[in-house]
Amino acid sequence: MSLLDFARGPALLVAVLVFLAGTAWRLIGVFRLRDPQDLSEPRRAAAWKGIRLIALRSWPRREFLAGSAFSEIAGYTFHVGFLAVLLFNVKHVRGLGNWLAASIGSHTPAALPWPTLGATSSVVLSLVALVALLATLLHRLVSPVKRLISNFDDYFSWLVTVAPLVTGLVLAVQPEGPRPGGLLAAHYLSVDALLLWFPWGKLIHAFTLMPVRAITGMRFERKGATL
Amino acid sequence: MSPKLPHTEEPHPLELDQPRVAVKVPAVRVDKQGTLSDAERVDRAMSAFIKDFGRTTALYLESCIHCGMCADVCHFHEVTKDPKYTPIWKLEPFKQAYKREYGPLAPLYRALNLKSAVTAAQLEEWQHLIYDACTVCGRCSLACPMGIDIAGMISQARHGMFQAGLVPHELWAVAERAAREGSPLGATPKVFAERIEWLADENEIEIPLDKPRADVLCTMSSIEIMKYPDSLVATAKLMNHLGLDWTFRTDGYEATNFGLLSGNIEWQKQLTLKLINAAIACDAKLLVLPECGHAYGALRWMGANVLGRPLPFRVLHISEFLAEHVRDGSLRLRKVGKSVTYHDPCQISRRGGATEASREVLAALGVELREMYPTKGLNWCCGGGGGVVAIHRADELRYQAFRLKMDQIDATDAELPVTSCANCRQTFDDGGAHFHWNRTMHSLLELVADHLGELG
Repeated sequence: MSLLDFARGPALLVAVLVFLAGTAWRLIGVFRLRDPQDLSEPRRAAAWKGIRLIALRSWPRREFLAGSAFSEIAGYTFHVGFLAVLLFNVKHVRGLGNWLAASIGSHTPAALPWPTLGATSSVVLSLVALVALLATLLHRLVSPVKRLISNFDDYFSWLVTVAPLVTGLVLAVQPEGPRPGGLLAAHYLSVDALLLWFPWGKLIHAFTLMPVRAITGMRFERKGATL
Repeated sequence: MSPKLPHTEEPHPLELDQPRVAVKVPAVRVDKQGTLSDAERVDRAMSAFIKDFGRTTALYLESCIHCGMCADVCHFHEVTKDPKYTPIWKLEPFKQAYKREYGPLAPLYRALNLKSAVTAAQLEEWQHLIYDACTVCGRCSLACPMGIDIAGMISQARHGMFQAGLVPHELWAVAERAAREGSPLGATPKVFAERIEWLADENEIEIPLDKPRADVLCTMSSIEIMKYPDSLVATAKLMNHLGLDWTFRTDGYEATNFGLLSGNIEWQKQLTLKLINAAIACDAKLLVLPECGHAYGALRWMGANVLGRPLPFRVLHISEFLAEHVRDGSLRLRKVGKSVTYHDPCQISRRGGATEASREVLAALGVELREMYPTKGLNWCCGGGGGVVAIHRADELRYQAFRLKMDQIDATDAELPVTSCANCRQTFDDGGAHFHWNRTMHSLLELVADHLGELG
């Protein structure tokens, strides 16, 4: 078995299983816990309206912008670039179509119903995301606050996130024709690493972000507190 | 748990004639209560921390991405730029306890020693961050992009610190006094009754006490009783003016809750139940809380949970009470004719939701309201909440934070700074005296009582 076959075969399968099982374990471990019931008389009965905090907290407050502008801009730039390439890169979309077709025993690639990004757009977006990621690392290293509160998780999560971007970029700038197996294997292995690490560190925030904002929003809304 | 103290008649004498009423500067600080071993302190802290790890707290602790955005909105970090005052860092032992001892990945963390165990030395070091350097003002909770309520977890972390016997000297002393005497500042039922009698005579006003039945039960904070007695008179003037069937009661008058601030859940419950039982005893339909920030949170938002069922009466902060009567036309006020800026007490505005009530009252007083920047729920804290103003060793840090507040108020150039929290008021008095500031914080209630108009 070649390295490429290993990376996109058993290694990917194991990584996906670890990702699914680990994420489920961590989320179930949290959501199975209970909170005591709040018996106070609500100021606003429709506490559910507090879920608007999901949207509100997606945009920085003018009053707080001085301290948060860099993190907000770098964070958004990275996330938008990374997700756009991940979900819309033409090769990713084709690969997913092939995988879906193979998994149902079809020899005809499935045509996925969403738009795709060409090679040039993907390279530009990947570069933008990469620069944003490098900026966040630099900021983490030079900011006294971030340096103090950072731990292994922050740096390792950064590494496994940047690796698929870098290997993908290197692949994307190769001349037309068959892609070098070693580079493709490296890209797959970096994705495997990202999936393997995902459930154990801070990357889990991808799944907890919405519930946390919603819960806090509803708690605060119930009291009429500032969202 | 009693502190290791040399035997004296009064181990924690009070200082009631200073801008800040509190325990006198201790000759020897005792910031460790009891004679527990280090291992016992850690065990007790861990047990208490774990009790607070419900779904929401667990979600919070799983979700921090270490972005550090909470740092820039904390007044203590803002004025010192010391990274240790980053709000989420103040919770490090709490987070560590969760990850290693309780979270879904705890077995992994322990087996591979990925998180070290919390130590007694670490808890002692964090005492400064959890008590002296956090007013639980909740500004950080508004800046967190994840939506984590950091301030709420500071209150939870204090539960563990109390159980470990690691509470700052003065905060422990006043909390213990409150549990023993019913008031942190010596406003015992006897003292309270004497004050009422004196103030009624002095001001030729009727102040009902211990009526067996009343529609409205009024409460006070110990700071008002001992330092701002005009607030008692103002309350009486207001209630009498409105013609309400009201009373103070010696079995439930003290609304401050140092059980809450120090982290002792039992003392918090005991103090809260006194108010609830007094209201039930006189069949009150309404309990009015005084100008005190944390008292509002303790009863309005936590009271029913302490009781274990919904409260059989309404609870209003005095500013909400005033606003209701302004709104229904039963309270008409004479115009003040001055410019005013309003300092939002954090637990009433930002975290309590009564932000607009005081502004409605100020509008009825006809003032020119000059808002600070930022204001309302985003206003800067005075620096003295959460029990911080009681802790002498925190003074320098608190004074630094107070500069922010002075600058904010000076920028409005308003004639009258007004607030609706006696603890904020004394923080202003003390900070103002320290900096020889030329402004004095005023009470919204007293301003209203001085401008009562014709009945509606």
